[in-house]
Amino acid sequence: MKKYLLTFTFATLASGAAAGDWPGFRGPLGNGISDEIGLPVALDATKHIAWRIDLPGRGLSSPLVVGDRIFVTASGGTRQDQLQVLCLNAADGSVIWQRQFWAMGSTMCHDKTSIAAPTPVTDGRHLFALFSSNDLFCLDLDGNLQWLRGMTLDYPNARNSLGMASSLVLAGGVLVAQVENDSESFTAGLEKQNGANLWRVDRPKSANWTTAMVQKTKSGAEWVLLQSGKGIHAVNPKNGEVAWHYDDGAATIPSSALAGGVLYVPSHGVTALELAADGRSFRQKWRSSRLRPGTASPLVHRDRVYSLNNAGVLTCGDTDSGKRLWQLRLDGPFGGSPVVADNHLYAFNEEGRAQVVDLSAPEGRIAGEMDLGEMIQCSPAVSNGALYVRSNRRLWKIARKTQL
Amino acid sequence: MALAALGLASLGQAAAGDLEKSVAALRAVGGEGQGNAAAGRALRRLAKGGADTLPALLAGMDGANPFAANYLRGAVEVIAGNTLAKGGTLPVVELGEFLLNKSHDARPRALAFELIQRVDAKAAGQLVPGLLGDPSVDLRREAVARLLGQAAGLAKGGNKPAAVLLYRQALDAARDLDQIKAISGALRELGRKVNLTRHFGFLVEWQMAGPFHNKDRAGFAAVFGPEKNAALSATYDGMDGLVKWRAYSTDDEYGMVDFNQPYGDLKEVTGYAQTEFVSATDRPAQLRLGCKNAWKIWLNGELVFGRDEYHRGMRIDQYQLPVQLRKGGNTILVKACQNEQVEDWTVQWQFQLRVCDATGTAIHSAVKKNPEVAAQ
Repeated sequence: MKKYLLTFTFATLASGAAAGDWPGFRGPLGNGISDEIGLPVALDATKHIAWRIDLPGRGLSSPLVVGDRIFVTASGGTRQDQLQVLCLNAADGSVIWQRQFWAMGSTMCHDKTSIAAPTPVTDGRHLFALFSSNDLFCLDLDGNLQWLRGMTLDYPNARNSLGMASSLVLAGGVLVAQVENDSESFTAGLEKQNGANLWRVDRPKSANWTTAMVQKTKSGAEWVLLQSGKGIHAVNPKNGEVAWHYDDGAATIPSSALAGGVLYVPSHGVTALELAADGRSFRQKWRSSRLRPGTASPLVHRDRVYSLNNAGVLTCGDTDSGKRLWQLRLDGPFGGSPVVADNHLYAFNEEGRAQVVDLSAPEGRIAGEMDLGEMIQCSPAVSNGALYVRSNRRLWKIARKTQL
Repeated sequence: MALAALGLASLGQAAAGDLEKSVAALRAVGGEGQGNAAAGRALRRLAKGGADTLPALLAGMDGANPFAANYLRGAVEVIAGNTLAKGGTLPVVELGEFLLNKSHDARPRALAFELIQRVDAKAAGQLVPGLLGDPSVDLRREAVARLLGQAAGLAKGGNKPAAVLLYRQALDAARDLDQIKAISGALRELGRKVNLTRHFGFLVEWQMAGPFHNKDRAGFAAVFGPEKNAALSATYDGMDGLVKWRAYSTDDEYGMVDFNQPYGDLKEVTGYAQTEFVSATDRPAQLRLGCKNAWKIWLNGELVFGRDEYHRGMRIDQYQLPVQLRKGGNTILVKACQNEQVEDWTVQWQFQLRVCDATGTAIHSAVKKNPEVAAQ
C-alpha cells in the first residue's frame, strides 16, 4: 500500500529502516508525512478498529513499526519507575516480547505526561528506547538488551521536574540524544554499538521538549537541526560542531518540519528557513505569525504548510510565501502531532477523538471522525495501510479490516 | 562475588564459573557507558542460561550499581520470557526462598515476587501477609494494600474498632503517598486523629535568614553570609539591610516551610533556613526534599546537592539525597531562591524536608522540640 512518491533529497530516512516502516518520531522523514494510501477516511469504530490491546503502563510515545512488528514503550509501577518496552505482532496485537527495566533517573513529571514520553528510534536492526528519566536502552528486535545508559546518573542535574520528551534521532550513523533542561543541559552523540559518548555539547539552560530534524545533503552528509528557545543549531552528528545558528528563538514544545530543503520552524509563528544544499548555511525565506502552532508540530505536504493551534484551529499556508490560505476549526485540544497520508490529515485530540481532514477540499473538510474515548497525546504511526495510536492504557490499530 | 553467594550450588562447576565471570562483567559497568561492550557480550552468554540460573542472577544484583542491576534484569527478563514461551515454568520455590531472605537487596527480591506472580499467583498471594514491614517498598505495598482491603471490609460491616486497628497497622507500614492518604482519610472518617507530619518525619522547626538578592538568577551561585558562617548569632548584609536568624515553625501537615510567610511574596530573592537534627547514632540516611525553587542543601557545612530549576513542579520526596548522619547534632542548611516569574503558579518560595532511611521510614530527631507535633 505504498505510493513511493516522496523524494528523499533533503531529509533522511532513519538509516536502515525499510520502506513502509515507521522508524521514529513522526515517521521515516521525521515530519509526520506518510506515503501510505488506502487508509480509512470515513472512520467507523465497528469497521476500522482492527484490534485494540491493553498496555501494561502509561505513555505518550509513538509506536514504531518495523516489518510486521510494532514497538512501543510504557512506564508502570507506583512510582512510574518500571520502564517497559513491548514488541507486538502487527497482525493481531499479540505480545511477542516484553522487557522491563528500573528507572535510574527521575520519574517525576506532570500528570498529563509520562515517563514514556520520548519516542524510540530504530535503524531496522536495533531499537533505541529513551525515557523521561534519561535512561536509554538499546535492544535488538528480538528483545535482547545490547547496552544501556543512565544519563541522570552520569549527569545528576540533567532532569526536568515536568518531564522530558525530546525523541532520539539517528544521523550519520550516530544516535543523538537531546537532554535539555533548566540546569545540566546538553545534547550528546552516542555510538550506536555501545552507547558511549562520541561528543557532548552544552545546550541552552532551559526546558525543551522538541525533537531534532535531520537534513541529508546530496553528497550524503547529514546535519542535525537542534531546536530550542535559542533558535536552531545545525550540528554535525559526527562531532557536535555547529555549522550555523538561527538565533531568533523558537518554540520549546512543537518541533520543526523539514520538507523540500526548507525548515519550517515554530518561531514567531512559523519561520521558513531555506537550507543550503551543503547544509552549511541558511537564509530566511518568510515568516508568518498567522501560522503559529500550539503543542502539535507543523506539517508540510506538497505546497502547503499546516499548523494546529491550541484552540484546535487548523491553518493552511502557502509554502512559497507563508500566506495563510484557509482555516478549519477542529475539535481540540491537541497534545499529539497529526500525520498526513494520501492527502488526508489525521489528528487525535486529547479526548481521543480522531478527525480526518480531506486536504484536497478547497478549504479543508472533515471527512471522518471516530471517538476512542481516552486521552491521546501521541503522534500516530502509519504503516502498511494502518494507523497505530496509543493512550495511557491502550494501543489501537486502525485500518480497513479487509486488508487483514 | 563468590559462587556460593550467587547460589550456584545446583550448577556444574564450569557453568557456575562462566556465570560468575559474566555477572562480574556486568557488575563492572560504570558511568557514561564504560564497560558496555563487555557487558553486552556477557549478557548474551547469560541469556542462554536456563531458568535455574534466575536466583543466581538475582543474587548478582546484591550491591550492584543501577547499571549492573538493569543489565542483570535484562538477562532475567529474557530467560524468564523464553522459558515461559516454550511452555516451561520458573523455579517458584527457589525464587520464593530468595525473596524471603532479607539479606538480599530490595529490588531483586521484588523482582523475584514479580516472577512468582507470573507463574503462580496463589503462591505469590500467600507471601503477601509476611511483607508488611519489608525493606522493599514495592513488596510492603502489596501487604498494605491487602490490609486496606480488609479494613475497608470491616468498616463497611460496622466493626469500626477492628477496622481502626487494621488501618493503624497499615499506616505504620505504608510508605507510598497514595496509600498513606487513603489510610489517613479512612481513619479520620472513623473519627481518629492522624499525625502525618510525624509519620513522614517532616522537619518543622527552623531558623530563617533573608532576604538576599537573586537578581538575574545570580543568587543561586552567589555565596551569601549564611554559607560562610551559619552561627545563629551571626548577622549579614541582606537585600534590605541587616539580616538576622529568626525562628520559624510550620504547622503544615506536610511540613511546608514557606519563606513568603515571614518575608512577603517577594521576587528575585534568596532565603536560608537551618535546623539541627539530633541523630542517636552515626548512620546512613536520606534527606528527602520537595522544592520548586532553585535550592542547595548543606549537611554539617558540606554541600550535599543543589539544583538550579524554577517552578517545574514539586512533590514529596522529589529529591532523595543519601547522607551520613553523625551521632549528636547535625546542622542542615537549605538555600531557596525565588526567581522573577510573575504568573500565579510561580508565587511559591518554599520547601519541605524530611530525614528518613532508604525505605522512606522517618528518622526522628532524638530531641523532640515541639511536643504538640510529636504527639500521635
